[in-house]
Formats: sequence, C-alpha cells, structure tokens
Amino acid sequence: MITIVDYGMGNLGSVFNMFKKIGVASIITSDLEEINSADKLLLPGVGSFDKAMQKITTSGIKEILDQKILIEQTPILGICLGMQLLTNSSEEGTEKGLGYINASAKKFVFNDNKMKVPHMGWNLVNESTKSKLTEKFIEESRFYFVHSYYVEVVNQENSILKSNYGLEFDSAIQHKNVYGAQFHPEKSHKFGMKLFENFAKL
Amino acid sequence: MLLTRVIPCLLLQDDSLVKTINFKKPGYIGDPVNTARIFNELEVDELAVLDITATNKKRKPNFKILSELANECFMPLAYGGGICDFEDAKKIFQIGIEKIIINSYAFERPAFITELAEHFGNQAVVASIDVKKNLFGKYQVYSNAGNKKQKVDVVTWAQEIEKFGAGEILLTAIHQEGTWKGFDTDLIKSITDAVDIPVIANGGASSINDIGKAVKQGNASAVSLGSMVVYQNKGMGVLVNFPDKIKIEKTLS
Repeated sequence: MITIVDYGMGNLGSVFNMFKKIGVASIITSDLEEINSADKLLLPGVGSFDKAMQKITTSGIKEILDQKILIEQTPILGICLGMQLLTNSSEEGTEKGLGYINASAKKFVFNDNKMKVPHMGWNLVNESTKSKLTEKFIEESRFYFVHSYYVEVVNQENSILKSNYGLEFDSAIQHKNVYGAQFHPEKSHKFGMKLFENFAKL
Repeated sequence: MLLTRVIPCLLLQDDSLVKTINFKKPGYIGDPVNTARIFNELEVDELAVLDITATNKKRKPNFKILSELANECFMPLAYGGGICDFEDAKKIFQIGIEKIIINSYAFERPAFITELAEHFGNQAVVASIDVKKNLFGKYQVYSNAGNKKQKVDVVTWAQEIEKFGAGEILLTAIHQEGTWKGFDTDLIKSITDAVDIPVIANGGASSINDIGKAVKQGNASAVSLGSMVVYQNKGMGVLVNFPDKIKIEKTLS
C-alpha cells in the first residue's frame, strides 16, 4: 500500500491512476493518522517551494514525516517539487527543505532564448549510481519533465540518475530510504510504470 | 537533450471525436476514450483535446469524458474548450489533466490567464491562437472556433498573452488545418521570434518532413498533429496512428 500525501498541491489523481494500472493499492490522504501508519510514502508536488513547505509544516505533516523517515526508515518517494522538498533548500524560496538528502535546488538560467524555462517535455536519463528504484529500467528510458529548478546533490553517491538540459543535473536521487524523481513517472508511460513498480517492491 | 514533443490534437464535438478542414466540415473519427486509449498504447508524448463546440454553445467542459480520458492517459494531457470559470479549471486539474488551453475567453478577460498561471503555474496554461490568412495574405486572429474575428495583430497578441502568464502558445493556422498542405512556417517563425515561451505549431501537417520544417525553420518547440494521426492518408479512411519516433528524431537531429 502506497500512501500518497495530500498537502494541497499536486496532481494526485494521475499518481493514483498509475498505481492502479500496475495493480498497486494506494490512498490519497491528508489525515495525520493515516500518514503515520503508512508503509510507503509518496510525496507529490506542483507549485512553489515555500508554499509547499509552509503547508507541510503548519498541517503537522512535517513532524510525522520526520519521525517516519528518519526514525522508522519508511521508504518515501518525492516527485517533481516533492523531490526538491526532500533536499535542504531551494533558490525558489527562503523556507528550509525537509533536509533528508544533502542536496539543494537551483534555478535554470540560460542566456540562449532557445533554452526555454521551464524545462518541459521528454528527456532521457543516465544511471549515475545503481539503485533499486531504477533496477531493470527499459533501455533509452525517457520521462516527462516540467520544472524551472533542478536538484544538485552534494555527494555524488546520492545521484542515481542524471539528465541534461543545458547542463547536467540530478534527475533522480536517493539516500537510504529516501528517493526522489524530478520527472513525472505518472505521466511517462511504461517508463514511469517501471519506476513505480520498483518503488512498490522495495 | 530535450526531445521535440509531437502532440496529437483531438477535436471533441459533443460525445464524438471529429476532424475538420479549415475548421469546417467535421468528419466523424470515433469515440474519444477509445481513441485516447490507442494513443496511450502508441506512447505519444502528449495529447491535446479541444472541445470545438463548448464555447459557441455556452456549454461547460464535458467533465465525464475528461475524467475517463485522464484515466486512460499516462502522458500529459491538455484540454481546451468552454473554460471561463476558475472552479471549472480547478476541477479539470483535479481530474488529472495537466494543462488548460484558453482561447476565446482570453479576449474577454485576459487576466483569467494570469489567475490560472498564478495558482497552477505557467506551465499549466496554454494560450491557443487561431489565425487565418486572408485573400491579401494578411494574418487575422479568430476566436470561437474560427467564428469570430478579433481585431488584434497576431504577434502583438502572442506577446500580450505571454505577459499575462501563458506558459505556452498553441498556434493554429486555420487556412492549413486539415488540408495536409504542411504547416505555415512563416507564421510560426513570426511568433517564435516574438515570444520566449514555447510555441506548439498546429495545422496542416502531412508528414515527418513537415514536422521537421516547423521545428527547424519555424523554431517551434513542439508540433501538433490532426489528420495525419487519425486518417490512413489524405482522402482515406480513419486509422489512428502515430509516426515512427526514430524517424522523427532522425529528421529533427
């Protein structure tokens, strides 16, 4: 069972739909009790960093996540903004991130007007460190991205996938039980399904 | 490297999918949900669905069909048609659709684009511009599914809606739409030169070669396909299909 954390931001329906498609039960919830009893957590997110952190903190979700992630070692997968929230900070805002992975989010800045921001569309990924999340990936896996900020890890062993958009950035990250994907697996056909299956099997 | 998005554009008329020629003569294609399911199996990059009668009939979006579509599509989905209310937009996002396409209502109240962009992010708001080339070769902007002429210059309008917060422009050449005569590359170029946001070229595609022209000569960030992906060929029967991805990539590289 995957517990999809609803803190008021993000495309939760699509995530739920894809888990259903691969035969994995999931629930969408903002209920603190339900989050507290989760065996696996999924942190989605679309929107701004500060607003998301404020919602997670004031709702009391952060306190529970800290306990679940740091003490109980419950696996968590952050998607898109959800992945950026797992890091220490973002150039998008001034709020502190959850800090489960030693990394931070930086803004894409290009001088070339052909390089549009956000980085939106399908891009390829390259494995940088082996991880259970990316096991048996389909060759030439491509994923759908939409983001204006990218994550950079401090320690390279926390980078599990890298992608290129004007510069190389960490498109998936991991530290122990904490996983993040910058792209949207739920919108990436069989490639995303494979990642969700891997997460469900952890 | 970012891959160029190739987006089937499906036209919804009541409960059916249709395909038009120059925004007229709607021909029946099939059931929207079944067709979307096929495109999902073909692993298309993205899907755009436009309800071509909602605005003119003053009807709300068909939420039932949209939610069935969202259940079938494991790729980004964009919807346009009859959206002029914040709550309706919210409902569409909740269903699992990523992008909302606004056309006619932007002329009435362009600030609506700003409101959507501020709440859901620029990437979630696509401004659609329909353009027809008149007898004198001049471009004219239309709304209401090509029924209402708007007194704006297409380049100025594109720049304005970018300022209002649109994250993308879906640019349709009415004079090419459904004709299999290729994109209007000059029109595309004039808009991509004037704005920084991605432009999706729409109207007239008949081949991978056309896609190549829209991207290489017109600088389109993405292309949208109609007839080419719902008919076997020009003048032939319905066949939902999608051009070979490897061939597209080769043409674009």
